[in-house]
Amino acid sequence: MSPHGNPEEPASAAAEIKREAPKASPAPAPENHHDRNAWGLWEVFVRSSRGLSHVHAGSLHAPDAAMALRNARDLYTRRNEGVSIWVVPADAIASSDPDAKGSFFESPQGKDYRHATYYTKSEGVKHL
Amino acid sequence: MSTPETQEITGHGDISVGVAGAGASGDGSASATRITPGNALRPEDIALEVRTGLARPTEDVAEYALRLGDDALILAQRLGHWISRAPELEEDVALGNIALDQLGHARSFLSYAAGAWDKTEDDLAYFRREHEFRSAHLFEQPNGDFAVTIARQFVVSYYQFELYRRLTQSTDATLAAIAAKAVKEVDYHRDHSTQWVLRLAGGTDESRRRMIHGFKLIWPYVGELFVDDELTTRLTQAGAAVEPSSLRADFDRLTGEVFQEAELEVPDVPAAPGGGRRGQHSEHLGYVLAEMQVLAREHPGASW
Repeated sequence: MSPHGNPEEPASAAAEIKREAPKASPAPAPENHHDRNAWGLWEVFVRSSRGLSHVHAGSLHAPDAAMALRNARDLYTRRNEGVSIWVVPADAIASSDPDAKGSFFESPQGKDYRHATYYTKSEGVKHL
Repeated sequence: MSTPETQEITGHGDISVGVAGAGASGDGSASATRITPGNALRPEDIALEVRTGLARPTEDVAEYALRLGDDALILAQRLGHWISRAPELEEDVALGNIALDQLGHARSFLSYAAGAWDKTEDDLAYFRREHEFRSAHLFEQPNGDFAVTIARQFVVSYYQFELYRRLTQSTDATLAAIAAKAVKEVDYHRDHSTQWVLRLAGGTDESRRRMIHGFKLIWPYVGELFVDDELTTRLTQAGAAVEPSSLRADFDRLTGEVFQEAELEVPDVPAAPGGGRRGQHSEHLGYVLAEMQVLAREHPGASW
């Protein structure tokens, strides 16, 4: 296998750009507004302590943002896990297409010159 | 309160053991679901103080703690019935959390009260008969539909908040400590019930109708919460308790603000006779106790 090739795409096709290939997963189907019982899906991010970033903890259902925050508090911080919560409507998140893993994420592989450790320290440089 | 002596605590394990090193500092392996118990007053700490003689309530304080403990215990038992029955899984957990908060308050108050009679919280919870319970009638009212439960929660949480807020100044150190822990939890219960009152009252015609109906069913039991008697007067003069009647103005003002925002009227219904503080209960409490006590009475001394 060539070091920089995309194993999911034959080398001969690399010259053509697949314009139809989606780089984002398909937009979610519009909510069915006839079903008034359906609560929206929210993604929950919890920060466990000051100085850390919010980390995705899971998801939940809630009728609105205020209740989503409260449900998140009840579901994801009941064992003292957090000091801050974000909730985001799940359909507001655009995610990368799982089927585009090859073209999206494999390109950096083998490009070790993008890492600082690739380079040797010049003589006489201090504090590196 | 004293530092917990974990090695003497019996019953369920102390989860702080073994994770003490995983502090809250920013370590790279921090997880959003990491378990650290934190430090707070626990019923076990109170039971330990009572057992070792560090804290012992007077007869009056024990009677008073019994009232507050029974209120919380009966409500916890009622709310526990919602598990697996709430409108949504998330609300199931929310009501379950509130029930567990109330159970924690009940255990603290009953553990403390039990010290006056050389008993345990379990003796008081499982081996007293109906006329020995001191809970107000509001707490034993059936769950009804979700709106009835929210109406009950709304009244309970605003009442308990005003009560515990003042009890943090009690001259009885244990009552003050229990109240200080409980008031923050009850503050969240206020928020939870308020959010739902606003949403049900401002939702569909059906939800609004049910919310109004729920308050109509619950409101007759509000008055009993604010009735003074000889015990509360004696304890208030001693600085250990607060007169229930002194909570009423703040209760009316704060609940009134929510009613106004929800465009609801305070129900104009006659008050129920009450009598819970003297052991006179409605027909509902017997069934609640039967379910709550059957296992402990069937297998006395059993542990699990």
